[in-house]
Amino acid sequence: MSALLQYLLTGIGIGTLYALIAAGFCLTYNTSGIINFAQGEFVMMGGMLAVWLHQFQGLPLAISMVLAIGLTALAGMAVERLAIRPARGSGFTTLIIITIGVSFILKALVGVVTKDEFQLPALPGPTAISIMGATITVQTLWILGLGAAIVLALGLFLKYTLLGTTLRAMAEDRQAIRNLGVESQALPILAFALSAAIGAAAGVLITPLTQMSWLKGTELGLKGFCAAVLGGMGSLPGAVLGGLVIGIAETCGSAVLSGYKEVIAFALVLVILYTRPQGLLGGRL
Amino acid sequence: MKRLFILVVLMFAPLVLFRGSMAYYLSLMTMTGISAIVAISLNLLLGYTGQISLCHAAFFGLGAYAAAIASVNFSLNPWIGLALSGVLPAGVALLVGLPTVRLKEHYLAMATLGIGVIVYAVLRANPFGATGGPGGIFAIPSLGFMGLTIDNDISRHVLVTAVLIAVYILCESLIRSRFGSLMQAVHASPRAVSSLGIDLEAAKLKVFVLSAALAGLAGGLYCFCSPLSYINPDDVASVMLSVKFIVMVVIGGSMSLLGGVIGALVVTWLPEFLRTLSAWVPLANPNDFEAVIYGVVLIATLIYAPQGLIRPGGARAQG
Repeated sequence: MSALLQYLLTGIGIGTLYALIAAGFCLTYNTSGIINFAQGEFVMMGGMLAVWLHQFQGLPLAISMVLAIGLTALAGMAVERLAIRPARGSGFTTLIIITIGVSFILKALVGVVTKDEFQLPALPGPTAISIMGATITVQTLWILGLGAAIVLALGLFLKYTLLGTTLRAMAEDRQAIRNLGVESQALPILAFALSAAIGAAAGVLITPLTQMSWLKGTELGLKGFCAAVLGGMGSLPGAVLGGLVIGIAETCGSAVLSGYKEVIAFALVLVILYTRPQGLLGGRL
Repeated sequence: MKRLFILVVLMFAPLVLFRGSMAYYLSLMTMTGISAIVAISLNLLLGYTGQISLCHAAFFGLGAYAAAIASVNFSLNPWIGLALSGVLPAGVALLVGLPTVRLKEHYLAMATLGIGVIVYAVLRANPFGATGGPGGIFAIPSLGFMGLTIDNDISRHVLVTAVLIAVYILCESLIRSRFGSLMQAVHASPRAVSSLGIDLEAAKLKVFVLSAALAGLAGGLYCFCSPLSYINPDDVASVMLSVKFIVMVVIGGSMSLLGGVIGALVVTWLPEFLRTLSAWVPLANPNDFEAVIYGVVLIATLIYAPQGLIRPGGARAQG
């Protein structure tokens, strides 16, 4: 019983991170209709930049984390400006391949600097809390709290602010926004900056849990992508649900079928795609 | 015909150009030929039919493993292994293709990516002790032909080139056939195809299965023609390899079979070129920059020459 609870808690912790990555996917998909395969690299960059700022530049942990998120957001803006905007109007396949190219570049640029694995210290608090025989680390609690706060803030921003509504409208009908006199050049950049920032937030939160290195982004990005598809591409609640389902399925599944951990998320996604392609909670934000 | 001539000249150019260290460049050219077969097969699907596949390395890998398992684990004649390398991926593609070809755009990308990841993970996990796990399968025998053993660089290269030419001719005639027109119509206006009462999904499935079979055959050739005589999941089935195959098609020209060959050439020789370049430009490790250059070349091609280096009509792209 306590073993099952332990798997569940671990799964929810990792699932929250997948949900965050998936929320980043949703944001660019909903605002510019792009599947950003470089999303995972933003996660990796967030973690690596935080390590660089904290361990090599000696900044306090919290400031390093915030700065890392900000710098990654800048990288997201550069990606939109340099790689996505010049290809606007291209077909779906072209845009996917461009984002794959972006992920090569981002990953390799970090790899040129260092190929080592790093870890951040855990966020402050008691080391672990025991619940009914299972333990939950404070880092997991931080992940749950901050993750929920970020997703909630994003949801409220998109739903209730003028800027958020405009972003969503841009995905629906770019021409209509232009007719209303909104300068739409800045909006896709904003969407990419936000989405990169959310990815980076997931990155700084996961780095105390597991080793971060230049190669980790792809794997994490794919998990987030799985979560987004499972929940329903473009649905924020779907992203959260998808992330949690994959996190829990993976932790429980790898206990039963060790060696096939990587298969579980994608097997779930294939089942969903083949039976209910719009995802568990299909639809728009 | 002119393009076929270019193809043959390309494949044998290293024999003349690099006599100094021919063995190395010849085996590199053999690998180019194998990649070119995959690029041609992927082009049928991605370029002509407009269906993305992020799992062609999985078919390539399944072909390589089918050949290796048949000839090493079961000690069958390597030619039977090579035949199986086309059959097994085609069978798998038929199974997973039925639900997959119904999907569009990013759902299709995701499903094929999923197939790719799952095949790679299963090959690594060593099911029933058949695949040897991450280490792969060693001591793969050579193919034999009329008393000759295909175990040196030149005979391997001739075999790969022969298969490449056969695949090229097969695909070229397929594209010019009635079915080829249907493929391009599926890409250009799927709705028009459906409205003519033609089964869109059946057409997509046929291309998917054929493409998988050819990619698998290339995997089988890799298994018998790689100079190291071993295969492992990272070399033959990684998702990164699937992306490389797509890069080949996109850079070369996604509506031209010769384009796939040129793309395979560029992608396979780019690291060599970078290594030569790094002799003059004192950068850190040239391998580090390989992926950066890949990315830049890929994005620049898509933005500035979206049809790739080779135009469908045959004329070279300008600029």
